[in-house]
Amino acid sequence: MNFIGEHLLPGQIGHFFIILSFFASLLATIFFIMASVKKDPLIKELWLKYARGLFFVQVIGVVAVFAIVFYICSNHLYEYMYAYKHASKELESKYLLACIWEGQEGSFLLWAICHSVLGSLIILKRKTAMVADWEPYLLTVISLAQFFLLLMILGIYVFDVRIGNSLFTLTRNEIAAPIFSQPNYLSFIKDGMGLNILLRNYWMVIHPPVLFLGFASTIIPFGFAYGGILTKRFGDWVKPALPWTLMSACILGVGIMMGGKWAYESLSFGGYWAWDPVENASLVPWLILIAGLHTMLIYRATGHSLRATYLFAFLSFCFVLYSTFLTRTGVLGDTSVHSFTEAGKAINIMIGMFVLIFTVPALLMFFVNYKKIPTIQKEENTNSREFWMFIGSLVFFLSAIFISAKTSVPVINFAFGTKIAPPEDVEFSYNKVAALIAIIIGLLTAITQYLKYKTTGKAYLFKKIVWPTLIAAVITVTIAIIYPITYYKQGAGFLGAIYVALFAAIYSLIANAMYIWTVLKGKALSGGASIAHAGFALMLIGMLISSGNKEVISSSLVNGINFAAGTDPMTKQKDDPKENLTLVRDVPTRMGPYEVTYQKDSAGHESGRKFYQLNFERKDKNNLVKEHFIVKPDVYLMKDNNMSSNPDTKSYFTKDIYTYISFALNDQKEIDTAQFKIVDLHEGDTAFYSNGYMILNKVEKNPNNSRYQYDESKLALMADITVVSKDKVKYAAMPLIEVDSLGIIHKDDTLYAQNLYLSFAGVSDNHNIKLGIKESDKLIDFVTVKTYVFPYINLVWLGLIVMALGLIVSMVQRGKFSNTQTAVTLILLTISLVYMFLFANA
Amino acid sequence: MKKTHIIILVGIAAIIVGLLAYSVDFSTYDTVHSAKKKQGKFVHLIAKLDKTQPIEYDPIKNPNYLSFYAVDSLGGQTKVIYRNSKPTDLEKSERIVMKGKMEADHFECKDILLKCPSKYKDSKEQLQKSVSETTTSF
Repeated sequence: MNFIGEHLLPGQIGHFFIILSFFASLLATIFFIMASVKKDPLIKELWLKYARGLFFVQVIGVVAVFAIVFYICSNHLYEYMYAYKHASKELESKYLLACIWEGQEGSFLLWAICHSVLGSLIILKRKTAMVADWEPYLLTVISLAQFFLLLMILGIYVFDVRIGNSLFTLTRNEIAAPIFSQPNYLSFIKDGMGLNILLRNYWMVIHPPVLFLGFASTIIPFGFAYGGILTKRFGDWVKPALPWTLMSACILGVGIMMGGKWAYESLSFGGYWAWDPVENASLVPWLILIAGLHTMLIYRATGHSLRATYLFAFLSFCFVLYSTFLTRTGVLGDTSVHSFTEAGKAINIMIGMFVLIFTVPALLMFFVNYKKIPTIQKEENTNSREFWMFIGSLVFFLSAIFISAKTSVPVINFAFGTKIAPPEDVEFSYNKVAALIAIIIGLLTAITQYLKYKTTGKAYLFKKIVWPTLIAAVITVTIAIIYPITYYKQGAGFLGAIYVALFAAIYSLIANAMYIWTVLKGKALSGGASIAHAGFALMLIGMLISSGNKEVISSSLVNGINFAAGTDPMTKQKDDPKENLTLVRDVPTRMGPYEVTYQKDSAGHESGRKFYQLNFERKDKNNLVKEHFIVKPDVYLMKDNNMSSNPDTKSYFTKDIYTYISFALNDQKEIDTAQFKIVDLHEGDTAFYSNGYMILNKVEKNPNNSRYQYDESKLALMADITVVSKDKVKYAAMPLIEVDSLGIIHKDDTLYAQNLYLSFAGVSDNHNIKLGIKESDKLIDFVTVKTYVFPYINLVWLGLIVMALGLIVSMVQRGKFSNTQTAVTLILLTISLVYMFLFANA
Repeated sequence: MKKTHIIILVGIAAIIVGLLAYSVDFSTYDTVHSAKKKQGKFVHLIAKLDKTQPIEYDPIKNPNYLSFYAVDSLGGQTKVIYRNSKPTDLEKSERIVMKGKMEADHFECKDILLKCPSKYKDSKEQLQKSVSETTTSF
């Protein structure tokens, strides 16, 4: 059958490019392996020349595929499944990229692009000390990884088994529906399914590329370690690998926290980190990478810890692959809110192969050559820097293993048929360990800088460390007195641990800042490590304070009026204070220090999106407004009638006030069965309703006020009414009647607070008016909200930025880049990070 | 290895092992039947919304009280009380994972995880449904 209106050419070109780059990556892998094993420099160079060419063919193919997918999505070519599933016409163009990486296939493509960028960079820099003669080894692993990534999106059939899910499959081939038997089926498909509303946030445009670049870059230390073992030049690779590892640590770290910021701004779980398996899966490789980074430094300075360096360099990328396995095979199932869903058995098997083909040989190479990797027989002194750095690396590594083991419970259940479920309080089960790790790392990063490699004199250490210790202790005590942590939920023991961790973090911040000052004499550019540590410490401080003193102000205890709490009739136990508060339209409700009024709702420019305007006011004793702001959290009604809630945050430098809608009425109009009761009123007369009375003050002709503007040419009558409720609160109401050439128009007035509906029904004799009064609980317009205060959460983002800068400074230092290059990069990066994390709270 | 070295490593290993032991407070997945036998014990219940029974939620009276009935794949049925706001797509959910304790006549739920068809954009049935919804009659 010939179908009308299909554009099949882009898909055919795209499919060609996928197959082209797939085979190019396979050949490139083989050629790079040949180049690695050839001894003769001339022959080696010849193999390399072809290998590079093949790699670049692959790069061009991948970029072309990306461009075509973008074209298909931006032109709404719904004959393609990918566009139909992820794009829609109402989608703002800035989110077009996000809809490419919303899907499993698109995110594999993004990853492949990141590998292409890194591979090309390595080839271009092959003459510098950062790559030197390690090029073939690095590119062997990158090309092999490309081979697997492209396999996932290959989309060809081998004996009826589909290998990989192509980005260019046609909707009519994927879905069985009667419309596809019609040649003009495309004219019936009005729109695509569009991007999930939770992903419509600018972080979703930025954070996946950064995170994937971070993931992809962990392959570089892996490649260096692989080359080291293959060439038996066991330690030579560490020096060139260092700047790359620093870069990787920076990008991956920033990417993870960007994901956190997105969760904070878009998801309504109330925070930036929930120990969700998907988050954990990205954190684990970073922790191992940091462990590896430190053992590399130890090796460079002293010759110790090379074996550990190998293990960490291998495992960091292996855990990236393992994360992929966890999040993309559907194995996490019930435990994660935002993992990808299963994409079919064939893909799962391929992902499994991808993991094994890198992990098994790497570990095998490591253990077979373990004895050959040189070590120093003499032990590190306990007063040496390397000893404590190694302990720190070990703590990072063990915490990575701990997190990974906990995250893998669904895998264990799947493999052994057990039924282990997560604990009662998942976050606390991680937090209690995290607090301990924070204490150890805080103390280590505070003191270790002041130790020297090999051995340190006691007097020297004492002299240097005494001031930071005292200052940190004073600051911690001051905080404990003037701004105590109020995290009583988990008992005194954990509160104590938080304080110790807070001290350790402050100690680390002060010690590292002072190290730059006293030891490096302010030469910040050689203090990348101290800057990064200070940033990390600042992040820890921010996390401890913002989580420790996080407060739900919509709670019934703070609020004092919404008594949800009480004694449960069944269990005779006292209920916890509950955390949701219902706001009836126009009724100011107390919420913590604020008086909050739900003022109005408005539609967004996407269909089904509804914003609720909430007015926050804080008044002092004399009823003067001291603070006033408006937030507009929104709810999105999706096509299948599901709702999704997006928080809105009022950001101050010292705190965030974070609100989201936890329940809203569905927009479907319910039929109002209540009837108007008509009363006859004269000016000054009173009428009663169930909850009070109302006075007709006067009837005004052609009113001109804030609500109505009529001039003399019109004929309109407005009833000026004051409603007084039982509790003596007065409300003004202004129903109106207008007569024009087309007939009579009633402009009714609604008092949401009193469930009262007033209508100017008409005029009767003797200057009386007919007023319609209706009372109905269907009128009540309300939203239920949850509001948190996060104090000092900006320290988390600020700390992250400082840490990223420290890592970049170190990278520049180790990579010996020129100074102008450095300055420009640093300034640009700082500006963009500061803007993104602290000011762009859209 | 030097003595101090070993001591510190063993110390750290001990802390980690201790922490692991201390943090292994996993719970279990249960059916309504087996959960009823473990009154007051924290469990995960996997069930479905019983659509024949009413959902009770009146946010004006109390935004923090939701009650409904859940039925599991073995036919076990229980009343569920969740003292929080109603998850918006409860009625649409295909499966509910509830964390909480069985108490006398009801399941006191602390957390709800919904599995909704919309989250599975990739599933064929959902796509077919979507095609028939977004295309006009012909």
